[in-house]
Amino acid sequence: MNTKATPSARAEVKNLNFFYGPKQVLKNVSLPVYENRMTALIGPSGCGKTTLLRCFNRMHDLYATTNYQGEIILHPGNRNILGKEIDPMEVRMRIGMVFQKPNPFPKTIFENVAYGLKVRGVRKKSFIEERVVKSLQQSGLWNEVKDRLNSHATDMSGGQQQRLCIARALATEPEILLLDEPTSALDPISTAHIEELITELKKEITILMVTHNLHQAARTADYTAYMYLGEVIEFGATDQIFTTPNDTRTENYITGRFG
Amino acid sequence: MMNLVDTSRDPILKDIRHRKMVDFLFSVAGLMSLLFALITLLALVLDLSITGVPRLNAEFFMNFPSRFAEKAGILSAWVGSFCVMMTTAFCAIPIGVAAGVYLEEYAPKNWMTQLIELNIVNLAGIPSITFGLMALGIFVYKLGLGQSILTAGLTLGLLVLPIIIVTTRESVKAIPSSIREASYAVGASKWQTIRYHILPYSSGGILTGVIISLSRAIGETAPLITIGALTFVAFLPTSPVKESFPFVSFQWLSDPFTVLPIQMFNWLSRPQPEFHVNAAATGIVLLMMTLLLNGIAIYIRYRFRKKMKW
Amino acid sequence: MAKSSSQKLTEFTAADHPVRRLRRFKERAIEFILFLAAASSVLITLGIVGILVTESLPFFAHVSFKDFLTDTEWTPLFENAHYGILPLVCGTFLSTFIALIVAIPLGTVAASYLSEYISGNAREILKPILEMLAAIPTVVYGYFALLFVTPILQKVFPEMGGFNVLSAGIVIGIMIVPYVSSLSEDAMRSVPNHLREASFAMGASRFQTVFRVVIPSAFSGITSAYTLGISRALGETMVVAIAAGMQPNLTLNPTQPAATITAFIVQVSLGDLPHGSVGYQSIYVAGLTLLLLTLGFNVIGLWLRKRFQERE
Repeated sequence: MNTKATPSARAEVKNLNFFYGPKQVLKNVSLPVYENRMTALIGPSGCGKTTLLRCFNRMHDLYATTNYQGEIILHPGNRNILGKEIDPMEVRMRIGMVFQKPNPFPKTIFENVAYGLKVRGVRKKSFIEERVVKSLQQSGLWNEVKDRLNSHATDMSGGQQQRLCIARALATEPEILLLDEPTSALDPISTAHIEELITELKKEITILMVTHNLHQAARTADYTAYMYLGEVIEFGATDQIFTTPNDTRTENYITGRFG
Repeated sequence: MMNLVDTSRDPILKDIRHRKMVDFLFSVAGLMSLLFALITLLALVLDLSITGVPRLNAEFFMNFPSRFAEKAGILSAWVGSFCVMMTTAFCAIPIGVAAGVYLEEYAPKNWMTQLIELNIVNLAGIPSITFGLMALGIFVYKLGLGQSILTAGLTLGLLVLPIIIVTTRESVKAIPSSIREASYAVGASKWQTIRYHILPYSSGGILTGVIISLSRAIGETAPLITIGALTFVAFLPTSPVKESFPFVSFQWLSDPFTVLPIQMFNWLSRPQPEFHVNAAATGIVLLMMTLLLNGIAIYIRYRFRKKMKW
Repeated sequence: MAKSSSQKLTEFTAADHPVRRLRRFKERAIEFILFLAAASSVLITLGIVGILVTESLPFFAHVSFKDFLTDTEWTPLFENAHYGILPLVCGTFLSTFIALIVAIPLGTVAASYLSEYISGNAREILKPILEMLAAIPTVVYGYFALLFVTPILQKVFPEMGGFNVLSAGIVIGIMIVPYVSSLSEDAMRSVPNHLREASFAMGASRFQTVFRVVIPSAFSGITSAYTLGISRALGETMVVAIAAGMQPNLTLNPTQPAATITAFIVQVSLGDLPHGSVGYQSIYVAGLTLLLLTLGFNVIGLWLRKRFQERE
């Protein structure tokens, strides 16, 4: 756990209120996302952690008319990615996401990882190949698939598929990597592999992860935010949250008395 | 690494703009495709109506066809259609519903069931004229039923059988298993469960399927021409009501006949434009009938859905 | 029941008690009857294949297989009869081909639009338009082809006669759009949403998501849709009978009249044919050819579908 001098914030959530139609789902959320660290969002079902995560890459815009009040500032450059003048597509080109259930496209392994580059018009074959290899290496899949890059992605195990999805997200060198309960659909061994991977990755890339597994957060995250009913109850270094939480509600959740 | 310095965003913004333009153009294309369908529909109905509506009067409905276009009418055609529809329903409903119930409630998962299901899917894809050929060989000649209304009803009945089987299956499938279990739990037998629960609850869906299949059958032409429906019929089938005992006659089943689409086809095949007007008028009658039947089916489905609350 | 209804049941009836035997028999009898109804579908298929084959066999005693496949004229009712199936097959393929050129792009674009671009409410309003196209009887489409579409086409092709394959093909295409689009749309709608989300999360546009992810994922269902459209177009009768003329004509020029297999069967049926004559048998041979063609395309379609299904 890297808790040296407080690192710089790659993103900051400032007073975010989010409404789904008339229903308010996030209340006055503020928190920093530190560069090259892993921040975990924890809390009981329905607390809004996934909703908050999906604000970062404007996924909500795909569905009902969304109402964002407040800001998520991306650094450097100081831009509010929730601003109406910003195109969600551009946000998603810079912030990557891995989903709860592994969802590789029905294509070859190579095509999956290359997808993000292809859709933004990158044509140079050598460049694409380089990136694909690098991403697969970063996600720890390279040795297992280097001989079968043209085989179908769904022929792999769940754990491998999820690592493929991670490679896919990494191929476009995102500024922040969003992980939505990435191991909840996997068996314990695959989970352990992915946690190892995340622990390595966070040294090079900023990660924000939602998890309902407290132990996972304690194991892998540098910073943790506890959320309940759409609010951030407490935020701090993982060590501190788990050993000496400031708020009773946090303590109740961590110790299992609640949630 | 993509920077946030404005000038270097230009190629990215350009790419985004380009892709959004493609997005927009495609949605326009999508809308256009639907509009094209709508325009075709309107053109067809309008063209038919402009030519045919003036021809629609009481005489048109009550006259037999004639060599003189102004005197010709569709009496034999619509009576024939009516009789054939009745016969079709009588043939298709018992077999179709029974088959649907069997496949949903009784059929074990074995090769025999798969064969049956494969056949039903297959039958749905066979061209309608092929049914006519089969009916000609088997019903008209081998079974000696002749070129009659009964043959027509059997032919169309077999043609629409897959539709009825599929709708029956779907209606039965929609009944939650909790209801079946409740029936078995009080000691009812399988047949009792079907008779007192499954069939009544699915009757709305089945009826909808029947009406939809009838609306399909009413427009069928090719198979009926093949079995020898006549194109110039200046008489009606024998009345089903007799004056003497037993007061009911089934003679009409073995009578020759014609139907609305065949009458329309016949008029359309003549070069004189006056007959084309008659054809247009018949077309409107056909469209109205199809519309009416579909509307009834939708209404029944709607009312039934409201009534059935699981 | 043997006991009166007011008495409580204190014992179980023996398995061989007549009441239980009767009930078992009744249940089995009912099941058997229902089974027969279901099995009738197999009977029907056998009947169709059986009659087509048995009535076609005598034909080939009269006509050599080679002539049948290679002769370029089909005039079974003439004095100097020719029995080459090519003109009919050619007419069928030509009209089907034109129909597919119309229906596949139109149907696929419409399906993509309905499935991926608009919301539920708008879809409820727009989808019925396509369904109404499917409800119109084919004779009415024949009228439309002959008296509306052909005159319009004649402005573009002045030398074209009143009967032509082009007009029939276009109208058949419009007619099968609902079949193609409805099944394609169902296939696209059933692509799981998380695949779309994965694509969007990579920064893809909706168009890219539809064409790079959704359609490839739905391809087995879309193949079924296309196969259905092909079957429907191959077997279409009235539109060609009315608008394309009923003269067998071996040509690839759609502005000319031609007869399809189906139109020929109708033409013969309209006349008087003695049962058992070569002319009578010729319609069965034509019907058998049509069945084999349709079967062939269905098998290809199934094979393609299986191939794509493995990938999904």
